[in-house]
Amino acid sequence: MNPEDLKYTEAHEWIGFQKGAYVVGITDFAQEQLGEITHVDLPEVGAKAQQGDPVAAVDSVKAWSEVYAPVSGIVVAVNEALENEPERVNKDPYGAGWFFKMGDVNVADLDALMDAAAYREFLNKQDH
Amino acid sequence: MSWVPMTAADERAMLDVIGVEKTEDLFSAIPTELRMQQWNMPPGMSEMAVLDHVAGFAERNDPRPVCFLGGGYYDHFIPAAVDALAGRSEFYTAYTPYQPECSQGALQAIYEYQTAICRLTEMEFSNASLYDGGTAVFEAATMAARVTGRRRIVVHGSVNPIYRRMLETHTANLDFDLADGDDPADAACVIVQNPSFLGTVCDYSALAERCHAAKALLVLSFYPISLGMLKTPGAMGADIAVAEGQCLGMPLSFGGPYLGIMATRREYVRKMPGRIAGMTVDAAGRRGFVLTLQTREQHIRREKAMSNICSNQALCALRALLYLSLVGKEGLRETAEACHAKAEYLKGRLRFVEILNDGPTFNEFSVRLPRHADEVVAAMLDRGFYAGLPLAALGVGGPCDLLIAVTEKRTRAQLDAFAAALEEISCS
Amino acid sequence: MQLIYEKCRARRATRLDPLDVPAAPFPQALRRVQPAELPEVSELDVVRHFTHLSQRNAGVDDRFYPLGSCTMKYNPKATEKAVSHPGFTQLHPHLSSVGAYLSRCQGALALIHELEGLLAEIAGLRAVSLQPIAGAHGELTGALMMAAYHRDRGNTHKKVILVPDSAHGTNPASAAMAGFRVVQVPSNTQGTIDLQRFEDAMTDEVAGIMLTCPNTHGLFEPDIVRIAECAHARGALLYYDGANLNAIIGQCRPGDLGFDVMHYNLHKTFATPHGMGGPGSGPVGVGERLLPYLPGPRVARHGDAYALEMPEKSIGRIAAFFGNFLVAVRAYAYIRSLGDGGLREISRGAVVNANYVHARLKDVYKPAFDGRFMHECLFSATPQAEKGVRALDIAKALLDCGFYAPTVYFPLTVKECLMIEPTETETKETLDAFCDAMIDIARRVDTDPESLRTAPHTTPVGRLDEVKAARELNCARLPCG
Repeated sequence: MNPEDLKYTEAHEWIGFQKGAYVVGITDFAQEQLGEITHVDLPEVGAKAQQGDPVAAVDSVKAWSEVYAPVSGIVVAVNEALENEPERVNKDPYGAGWFFKMGDVNVADLDALMDAAAYREFLNKQDH
Repeated sequence: MSWVPMTAADERAMLDVIGVEKTEDLFSAIPTELRMQQWNMPPGMSEMAVLDHVAGFAERNDPRPVCFLGGGYYDHFIPAAVDALAGRSEFYTAYTPYQPECSQGALQAIYEYQTAICRLTEMEFSNASLYDGGTAVFEAATMAARVTGRRRIVVHGSVNPIYRRMLETHTANLDFDLADGDDPADAACVIVQNPSFLGTVCDYSALAERCHAAKALLVLSFYPISLGMLKTPGAMGADIAVAEGQCLGMPLSFGGPYLGIMATRREYVRKMPGRIAGMTVDAAGRRGFVLTLQTREQHIRREKAMSNICSNQALCALRALLYLSLVGKEGLRETAEACHAKAEYLKGRLRFVEILNDGPTFNEFSVRLPRHADEVVAAMLDRGFYAGLPLAALGVGGPCDLLIAVTEKRTRAQLDAFAAALEEISCS
Repeated sequence: MQLIYEKCRARRATRLDPLDVPAAPFPQALRRVQPAELPEVSELDVVRHFTHLSQRNAGVDDRFYPLGSCTMKYNPKATEKAVSHPGFTQLHPHLSSVGAYLSRCQGALALIHELEGLLAEIAGLRAVSLQPIAGAHGELTGALMMAAYHRDRGNTHKKVILVPDSAHGTNPASAAMAGFRVVQVPSNTQGTIDLQRFEDAMTDEVAGIMLTCPNTHGLFEPDIVRIAECAHARGALLYYDGANLNAIIGQCRPGDLGFDVMHYNLHKTFATPHGMGGPGSGPVGVGERLLPYLPGPRVARHGDAYALEMPEKSIGRIAAFFGNFLVAVRAYAYIRSLGDGGLREISRGAVVNANYVHARLKDVYKPAFDGRFMHECLFSATPQAEKGVRALDIAKALLDCGFYAPTVYFPLTVKECLMIEPTETETKETLDAFCDAMIDIARRVDTDPESLRTAPHTTPVGRLDEVKAARELNCARLPCG
């Protein structure tokens, strides 16, 4: 379920290197916990973030959650389609439901993140 | 008196089901040494006695003098149907509409109220109400701080001095920088009031443009009845419109309950505090209403919420909706025109005083009397008038300055008698 | 049902007398361009419309309203009558702003003074201010007083307020709004504060702790004395959230438990109507430590006369005048009606009723905690949820049975929470009917779960699409064009 080529955080963000930039989104587990997503607050392009800074937020009917920068860097693009179609996050969290792209990334930060297997293990522990 | 219906037989039967000997046992979690022994509490009273007793307090107040007092709170007429309908206990004994299926009455009323406020102000979104005008100004300031990420709040001299003091109290432990004037540089917002506290009507469109050029918001505190006539907050370019809604069907009531009105533009609705009702459908496609955007609120976002506000003044919002429905499109215009015309007539009769306003006024104006205002209003009491608000009492005028308000309730005969008495007293 | 705006036919409901003064000119540039598109309907149109709306709304007067944490008790009619006197309703608030007018509002000032005294006595505190307009506003006022107290003592490091994880959302929100950082203290498995974790969190940075007692789990905090001692030893203050005062009124007093400051919810404990969500009223009471900081101006008695004074260290005006005055009048009439004996009966009745509901339902629904509940009982519908019927479905099914629903999904510490607060004004027959309905619903979880998942079936509308509402944000009918 969780793509093998991505890295994951304990706050249920994913990050992956695609076409020259680091793309960030929330995991399938996160979107399922939130329920039907009604709104996504995206950062401004050019915003600087340290690893762990809240940079975006996501609303469902009964829940609200911040999305943290998985690594330090600069926001270089945001998924403007989420403005009118936040449901993309529910339908395709690892694809069309991406949140933002980061550049000038501190690559060393990636080492602290989980790989797909570790994240699966992390989710299993969460259940209990 | 007691409204506990439990009989001794009920109590015994219930305790048996619970499995305890006596009611006292249910309080065993409270350490014995903390149990209250004595308090200084009078014995109860019958309904007959308590009504008499409370009426005794009311009778020591005097609502009879003809009212020329305003200062943000006005003696407007309230159609009888407002009380009759807001007094229906299906409304007033209900709680916040958490179960929308059996709270459609409240939710549709809130939606219709929001609609009325949007149409009145020419803004795009209204919330379901806040506490009152003063707290609405505070909420607008913190909302502007959220939108802009700035901490400087500029308060214009037109704003009710009581709102200004409330703003100081509420922000005392926040790192806000409260400044006077109208300079939007580095500000979250500039807060203005129209008509001003002293009664002057202005167009704040140019200030709105300056605010927007400086990336600050314009918060406009308005007087709802005046919008029967005056240029609206929306037309002036205000970003947040707030008001004391007392004039829309709330009796004066010595300060409350009143109604805090707040409306904003679409782009800021997610930063707005307070409840909001929205239209939707059920599974069968029937139209219905729910509380929406709840993730802004304290019960979900806790310390990161837009505000701590939990209640709203729903029953007061209902009163405002009833008032605006009964007065209607034409009636609100007529009421505003009548307030203005009567105030102008009175102004014309007060040739012996100096008018302090430097522009047009709506229904309230400031004068400088030949004598101390305190002495004049005291003497006017004996003539049967609450002659107005001595401005020195609120620290916004000299000892002879008086703020006089006129509503549609004042007759020409009252205005003539008021003018004659005021002339006699202040020129003697 | 149509909107009132859909009923407009250029009719009039009210008219003013013809203008008895000359029409006055006004600058065109300062006028609005188009009149506000308000309803144009007859008075009977308005009366029918809102009567029909009222019939689509459930209140305490037409059904049992066991909404946990909200204390939906009966609102006595005498208190409604008591406030309708023109000596209250027609009194201008600025009569209190001007010395010359004070003689004309002595009754109102006297009532405020009396009520403040009664509320202080009820809670075992020194003094009360009626200014805060609602419960959350009282919390904010209390937090601002705590801030002023610490500022006064140079305690610049005290920037943290502790709040249990079971607290109402308003507690952390109010603390944050007053400029504090919020640190959450976890509950233990018994549903009360984890004393060890509390003591660990009780650092020098802590300015105060906000507690509800009984807490939102309906349980009295057994370590309350220790908590108070520990907080005071570190120079922190103790705030009592009065939301659950109904459980202990006349049995014990927050001031005696060690609390320094509290708010009262007049719309809960003191039976003033909830009005679909307001107006409420949230007076604050203080003990010795915070006495100088109360909001002002305050009503002071000099012989038989009442005047206004601003305490020297007052945090200032938190409201324009004296809060929701008419709500205070209702509460005063209620307290004087009940008096000593009646006030003590409140908590006894509330606690017996809640424990009775608990006793009747505990074998059918899973109690959230093992301890002795006070004025409300909490269940976790996790066993039902495992069979596909959630707490929300149970709540909706109750609407079909002629009851309002319990609070669901609060507190956040209890999964699939059903929070039932019967209050003291309900009869045993009503509680039995409610418990019978709950038991029948539990049976239907096994026999007919689909009817529960699709409930309610008898209300004017069925379950509403909240996702559509949030995505479309149709929050007003704007005029065409």
